[in-house]
Amino acid sequence: MNPAGTSASREMLPVVPLAALFFAAFVLPLIALVAVSLFRTPEFADLSPAQYLRFFADPFSIKVLTDTLWLGAEVALATLILAYPLALVYVASGPFMRTLITFLIMLPLLTSTVVRTFAWIVILGRDGIINSAMLSLGFWQAPARLLYTWQGMVLALTQIQLPLMALPVINSLLRLDGNLTRAAEGLGASRARIFITVILPLTLPGAIAGWLLVFAAAATAFITQTLVGGGRIILMPSYIYQQAVGVQDWPFSAALSLIFTLAVTGIVFAIGALSRRYLRGVDAA
Amino acid sequence: MEQTLSDGRGHSLDLKGIGHAFGATVALDEINLAVAAGELIALLGPSGCGKTTMLQIIAGFLRPSKGEVRFDGARVEHIPANRRRIGMVFQNYALFPHLTVFENVAYGLRARKAAKDVVAAKVEQMLGLAQMAAYARRLPGELSGGQQQRVALARALAIDPGLVLLDEPFSALDKNLRLDMQIEIKSLLKTFGVTSIIVTHDQEEALSMADRIVVLNKGRIEQIDSPDALYDRPASLFISSFIGHTNLLRGTVTETDRVQLDAGPEIDLGRSVQRRRGTPVTISVRPENIAFGAERPGAIPVTIRATVPLGAVSVTEGITASGEAVKISQARAAGIAKAQTGDAAWLSINDTSRVSVFSTPIDDLSKHQQRSV
Repeated sequence: MNPAGTSASREMLPVVPLAALFFAAFVLPLIALVAVSLFRTPEFADLSPAQYLRFFADPFSIKVLTDTLWLGAEVALATLILAYPLALVYVASGPFMRTLITFLIMLPLLTSTVVRTFAWIVILGRDGIINSAMLSLGFWQAPARLLYTWQGMVLALTQIQLPLMALPVINSLLRLDGNLTRAAEGLGASRARIFITVILPLTLPGAIAGWLLVFAAAATAFITQTLVGGGRIILMPSYIYQQAVGVQDWPFSAALSLIFTLAVTGIVFAIGALSRRYLRGVDAA
Repeated sequence: MEQTLSDGRGHSLDLKGIGHAFGATVALDEINLAVAAGELIALLGPSGCGKTTMLQIIAGFLRPSKGEVRFDGARVEHIPANRRRIGMVFQNYALFPHLTVFENVAYGLRARKAAKDVVAAKVEQMLGLAQMAAYARRLPGELSGGQQQRVALARALAIDPGLVLLDEPFSALDKNLRLDMQIEIKSLLKTFGVTSIIVTHDQEEALSMADRIVVLNKGRIEQIDSPDALYDRPASLFISSFIGHTNLLRGTVTETDRVQLDAGPEIDLGRSVQRRRGTPVTISVRPENIAFGAERPGAIPVTIRATVPLGAVSVTEGITASGEAVKISQARAAGIAKAQTGDAAWLSINDTSRVSVFSTPIDDLSKHQQRSV
């Protein structure tokens, strides 16, 4: 018989490679990031919290952060509004339609983000599909600027991130007991009332999970933000890139990275905790 | 007589020529049923017999392929479920897990846009009747099965329904609690005077609850009768074996009123069996209609296989010379000698008027029963 200690460490053996990779590729760089952010100058002189003070004293930097978080929130809300009708159609469909819808939802995930983003550039561009169509149909007199706008960015990100919302919402809708909606209908509730009083509250965990996923993904979507935003809209990911690569101010960009990471994860955890506290009885379903 | 509580009174319900098919599968065929206002009806049958389809058609969740559904004489097929004034109690109760007991019972009233004080008064009254007033602030997940069922019934009755449909309402309850809840719910439904239809595959449930039982098999009605009539005069071999326990014995008609059993004796049924001489038949005799007796004409010789005590009664099984098993149910009382395994005994039928005769061979029945599994 092996001593207990030996057998326990043997059981842990299979996770050692992953743990080592995680430590080398994630924990160490994070420690380095924290260390770098604590230098006062780009030349790594003087340890001080100067970079953080600089961020919070600078209205421009704070505006970039709040804009970025707002973008995530807006895209997450847009995907949520689109995902419910999609999920309701999915649940009401037969096996063939379900397979088709699943395929259509998954399709964007099978192509690279860069390709999908370029597709949006083609659609939204000055000579893009929307502008050409509207001009040739005579609805518009001059091409509208769709690309390099906030709305264009929200639109592109909404399409790109939709699967992250649709899948959890469909999943929680599938788990909803059909007798509950039938009971509500039998009690005289209209379709709208059934949705608001039964379906929505009982699928909220899925919706919140999807919202958090999309929020985090959209706020940090460097490629899409940069290409569709075209550098005219400064958001945290491109701000960090600009400070690190353009200005070569590593301490400041390290501080930006950490502030951004903490802000996003902080919101994710706060909403997760709030929903667990207030969604009474939902998991008992 | 307790006064009835709902102002709307129970609907009468008429089903005329109802048929329903899912694709090529016929779920219901030529269903005709008239239910009087205030009556408590059980739809009884094995799973797959069409009883759930029938319930969904009455509730309005399903439109029948053909036929008419009438409430108080008026056709309702075109009226959707949310405008039919029907109270539903589901198998799993389907209480809204995120709403309190109060909010669950109030749901139908609020959906009908009742005034706040009307809702509060009605909910209080319903919870009082269901003996759940103390639990108004609880969530369904915090209640026992019996309590959840009371809330489900209170929720269904709160909208003053003309018809209450109960779908296998007792199947999720402990066996010990079932009879109590059956009595309680039957008395509540009768107090309300509401027309009620209970769907079940459990014959005991149907026998204990219903004024009349509708036996469904393979999408057709086999018999509509009172519980006693169904038990004593089953219309088919299927029903005689589905309702209660019975002994099925093979035989052949010898005279208009006599059957020669494969097991040995010729028995005198005291009435015409309405079949020609030489017709092979199956007779059905309830275990409590058989007693141990002496050797005499009509007595069936058996070898005792075993005796099992079942509380109030003891059941003995014997094997006939033809290899058929016969169960005898006796009240347990002092002085009755216990038959020992391997003993020879003579069995006699107490009341031949309660023996049913069918032309269906027993083999066909086993096909029925396989379906019902």
